[in-house]
Amino acid sequence: MTKEELKYKLGEISREAAFDETGEFLNVIIPSPELLPLIKPLRLNKEFYFDYLFCITCVDWKDYLSMVYHLTSTLHRHTCVVQATITDVHCPQIESVSGIWKTAELNENEIYDLFGVTFLNHPNLRRLFLGDQWKGYPLRKDYTDEHMILL
Amino acid sequence: MQMTRKPSDITTDAKSGEVLHHEGEFIINMGPQHPATHGVLHLKIWLEGETIKKIEPHLGYIHRGIEKMCERLSYRQFIFSTSRMDYLSAHINNQACALAVEKALGLEVPPRAKAIRIILAELTRIASHELWWACSGLDLGGVTPFFYAFREREAINDIMEETCGARLTQNFIVPGGVMSDLHHNFQKRVKRVLTQIKDNLHEYDEILTGNIIFQNRLKEVGYLSREDAISYGCTGPAARGSGLSCDIRKLYPYDGYEKLDFDEIIFNEGDCWARYRVRMAEILQSVHIIEQLIDSIPDGEFQAKTKNVIKLPKGQFYQRVETARGELGVFIVSDGAATPYRCKFRSPNFSNLSAIPQMAQGAKIGDLVAIMATVDLVIPDIDR
Repeated sequence: MTKEELKYKLGEISREAAFDETGEFLNVIIPSPELLPLIKPLRLNKEFYFDYLFCITCVDWKDYLSMVYHLTSTLHRHTCVVQATITDVHCPQIESVSGIWKTAELNENEIYDLFGVTFLNHPNLRRLFLGDQWKGYPLRKDYTDEHMILL
Repeated sequence: MQMTRKPSDITTDAKSGEVLHHEGEFIINMGPQHPATHGVLHLKIWLEGETIKKIEPHLGYIHRGIEKMCERLSYRQFIFSTSRMDYLSAHINNQACALAVEKALGLEVPPRAKAIRIILAELTRIASHELWWACSGLDLGGVTPFFYAFREREAINDIMEETCGARLTQNFIVPGGVMSDLHHNFQKRVKRVLTQIKDNLHEYDEILTGNIIFQNRLKEVGYLSREDAISYGCTGPAARGSGLSCDIRKLYPYDGYEKLDFDEIIFNEGDCWARYRVRMAEILQSVHIIEQLIDSIPDGEFQAKTKNVIKLPKGQFYQRVETARGELGVFIVSDGAATPYRCKFRSPNFSNLSAIPQMAQGAKIGDLVAIMATVDLVIPDIDR
């Protein structure tokens, strides 16, 4: 599917979706509670068939967090990026997608570790790199500790 | 390895009440200091007798926070930190970052630089696969392959040393091209290495590929279906052994791969033996790619003109390349400043690691070493 077709079809699924076409891929921006209702049809519908989640990450925009899912289809070879906006930065929560793509399980552990996003219905949420005693979430923009050297 | 035997029926966590293990189960910690994990990988393994029930990777022993560091480094500097991620594909990591910056700037790279980049990247791939072959032999009990493969690997490292000034973390590829022109010995020595590899590859087959003990250790071990390979986000030889076409050089060509003639190696069996044969065939394909370029490196500039301080336009940029282990993705979020706002490296090893529990499900503990050998993990790339 081309960018325009994808945009049209996705607009039908989610009324609240906003689109950004400036980059290489089609960006779909949705509020975080809308994630599962949008992303499940993306995986299951034969016409989308986004079976390959090749990059999952988070960006801290200071007043909100944005979860970024890079999806592609091994069948149709089209790509789209879903960005879910989490407005509550003090206690960020979002549904886990590890039931849809197994690669998300370990990646969501990493994001929980470094950004402090809690994934609901995640099978085994734990701090992946830093250990349970670590205070704070290093990839957040407001993170500081006594060892940090600023140039 | 540390082994613990628990006497009671079910042991639960005192605080949470979570079931830790049942009677008859062993929990073994493989790593972080274990010769077969090639670094500081720590796997917590639940065993019943010799059979693997569950595996949980515990990471972070070499976590340096490269993504956080990159937020403070300029677009010229952050490339150097990526050589320390997958140190066996240092060139290709640098190439990914350079391409991401060039894509964002809309910069056209001179043809000479493109050719040099491909030759160096393919040499890196050969060297990496040589090391993998050597270590697989070592992991599965044969010391001799190590010395065989290191003949060729040393020769490639010597070329790297002469042209790039470093043997492992080269940092030679910069935004706009490459750092300096080729050493005048380069073409002669590369040709000599290619001949050496082609002459010696039959020895590899004689000593390891044709060895019946080695084959039995790999065949029908560590099965990964195509669906699971997709679901776990596997890439590289680990996924191509399961019949998934995922070669970035073919699907999303960069730096002129589209003009070259080479095959994407795919095997459908999904076991360790398939992954082994993918890599062995890829060595020959890389040799074939270099042969097409080495006599026809275009003349001209080796670097495009760039500004001293590179500032990317506002936006999000994603660039992927095929390293020796699979797809490396560089995701840069720019706010228009001279440093990245956020930089994410989608590392191939991280996804491939997440598939190991699936591959090892129900296998024997000895097979786990064979599985890890054929997935070819590099731990600093997982931890970053």
